[in-house]
Amino acid sequence: MAQIFPEWVNSIPKRLQLATIIIITGIIFGFWYFGSPEYLEVGYAPNQPIPYSHKFHVAELGMDCQYCHGSAWKSAVAAIPSTETCMTCHEYVAVDSEALQPLHDSWETGMPIEWVRVHDVPDHAYFNHSIHVNVGIGCATCHGRVDRMEVVMKTESMSMGWCLDCHNNPAPHLRPVEEVTNMAWEPPQDHYQFAQMVIEKRNIDAPVYCNACHR
Amino acid sequence: MSQNTATVPDERLVKGNHDFASITKLISDIPQQKTPLWWYIAFGISNILLAVMLAMVVWLIWEGIGVWGLNQPVGWAWDITNFVWWVGIGHAGTLISAILFLFRQGWRTAINRFAEAMTIFAVMCAGLFPAIHVGRIWTIYWIFPLPNSMQLWPNFNSPLLWDVFAVFTYLTVSTLFWYVGLVPDLATMRDKVKGKISKMVYGAFALGWTGGNRQWQHYEKAYMILAGLATPLVLSVHTIVSFDFAVSIIPGWHTTIFPPYFVAGAIFSGFAMVLTLMIISRKLYGLEDIMTVDHIEKMNIIILVTGMMVGFAYAMEFFIAWYGGFEYEKFIFINRALGPYAWAYWTMITCNVVAPQFFWVKKFRRNIALTFALSIVINIGMWFERFVIVVSSLATDYLPSSWGYFSPTYVDVLTYVGTFGLFLTFFLLFMRFLPMVAIAEIKAVLPQANPAYYRSQNGHSSKSE
Repeated sequence: MAQIFPEWVNSIPKRLQLATIIIITGIIFGFWYFGSPEYLEVGYAPNQPIPYSHKFHVAELGMDCQYCHGSAWKSAVAAIPSTETCMTCHEYVAVDSEALQPLHDSWETGMPIEWVRVHDVPDHAYFNHSIHVNVGIGCATCHGRVDRMEVVMKTESMSMGWCLDCHNNPAPHLRPVEEVTNMAWEPPQDHYQFAQMVIEKRNIDAPVYCNACHR
Repeated sequence: MSQNTATVPDERLVKGNHDFASITKLISDIPQQKTPLWWYIAFGISNILLAVMLAMVVWLIWEGIGVWGLNQPVGWAWDITNFVWWVGIGHAGTLISAILFLFRQGWRTAINRFAEAMTIFAVMCAGLFPAIHVGRIWTIYWIFPLPNSMQLWPNFNSPLLWDVFAVFTYLTVSTLFWYVGLVPDLATMRDKVKGKISKMVYGAFALGWTGGNRQWQHYEKAYMILAGLATPLVLSVHTIVSFDFAVSIIPGWHTTIFPPYFVAGAIFSGFAMVLTLMIISRKLYGLEDIMTVDHIEKMNIIILVTGMMVGFAYAMEFFIAWYGGFEYEKFIFINRALGPYAWAYWTMITCNVVAPQFFWVKKFRRNIALTFALSIVINIGMWFERFVIVVSSLATDYLPSSWGYFSPTYVDVLTYVGTFGLFLTFFLLFMRFLPMVAIAEIKAVLPQANPAYYRSQNGHSSKSE
């Protein structure tokens, strides 16, 4: 009887097996790498309605985070400052700046400036700033060196795994509460003893059960 | 040979005066014939049902799980009932193919292909329900241990996860087993069909089978290994399905008798389903010589045995509820028989315990019409068994203040009815395109397959010389 298939067909099953393994592994690790917030979201730096420079205001003028984002100590959110907060200075400083035109418009019309949100935790995850800053998690721990940013950029993935990394072992990220807004703070030599002391004294037990964040 | 012993010769497994050639022709002609009209009608109806099922599934995913009737306190209802029911039906295939193969039961060859196909399609129907009952199906991949940025890992303490692995393993091994058995017959089909494309398709799936001695040696080994692998699965899958309930602390679920009880029930309903399908198709395709009344009788005996085991389990549950002295357990069983779901409970008892008692009588075991009717009754009963277990325990658990009563919505009903469309669509395709009976295996139980056959014919054949 004549052959239906040519001889090279014999190698198809082997190739198919190999290809299946490679493709499935490729899909899994492709999603894991390219689909992760680490890959997709770190580096997000949208243009804002006003080219406000954190670098200038923090590093050169020496303003403290709390001047504009003070609600972080008392509430869940570190609020975006209102136009009035900006105008405490800009009523007198750089009044004629063209870049500040949207600010003055907002001041006159009463319509808030539409800042673009950079750090947005999903609605199904509960996050509270006050508990974190009040036990000594620095602003820079999650938001990076904002004092070096012309445009604010997301520096951490803020994925669930990233949250859990710290919740499972908070000690390396703890600092004295008075150093929370210090962008340049580096852990000293005896940081380990300090962290253990703080954990014991403040009874820090970062929750890792589902209901802590998914309420 | 001792003179004072006599043996009763076994009934011939294949009736009629078949030889190798006529068996091949009988079975391999079915896919080659012109497709009969009834097939198109049946396929059309199945497709409509399948479309209904798909529409209901899309509606469920679009609108959310609330389109089903389940709510607090009955969080599992028809979805899990249907899942357990279909998985249970899927048990007959592997039991027939693997366990009966290892026990050298020659009669399995007539129905194993058929039952295995039924198994695969039933497990597909079963798999649908857990997949869609999670509500947010787009995160269903969380059940697999995959690397992810959430550091989520499946909970290996949970029987629900074991269930996922058990059912996937079962589907994989059953499919492999079915396919390996098909290879020699696919080669037969390849050699028989006329069309160039059908030759290519059958040929591709026949994997270059030539029927050589070495190929048969490998085949037999592979088949034996797969039978060995599949045998524990027959027991493990429904054991683990029963763990979904038994590992929890709901009264009426938290019972150690569940694994054997579930496995017996699964085989019970699976055999009934094989009988339902077999009685129809042997008639439609004229396979009465191969799937004989003897086969039906043997299957009815298994149904009687497993039915009695199920009945024993029902009785035992009540006994333990009393003997255990746990008042919630006691209440739930009394409530099953006398409470709001008593109608379902007594339907179950009638169908599963009373109905199979007919099969004590040989005349009834060999009565095809009665067997057909009872096979359907049994599957209705087994559906109610799962319904009673799932719903009645949840509806009236520890807290009387949160008791409720479950009523299905049209989506519940149509999704369930629609799975028959899925099942029958695949089954009709199987009957249309694949050899329904294992041609190569059935030849091995013909008298001609006995090496001494021609010698015993007393000169009827000249080949023995």
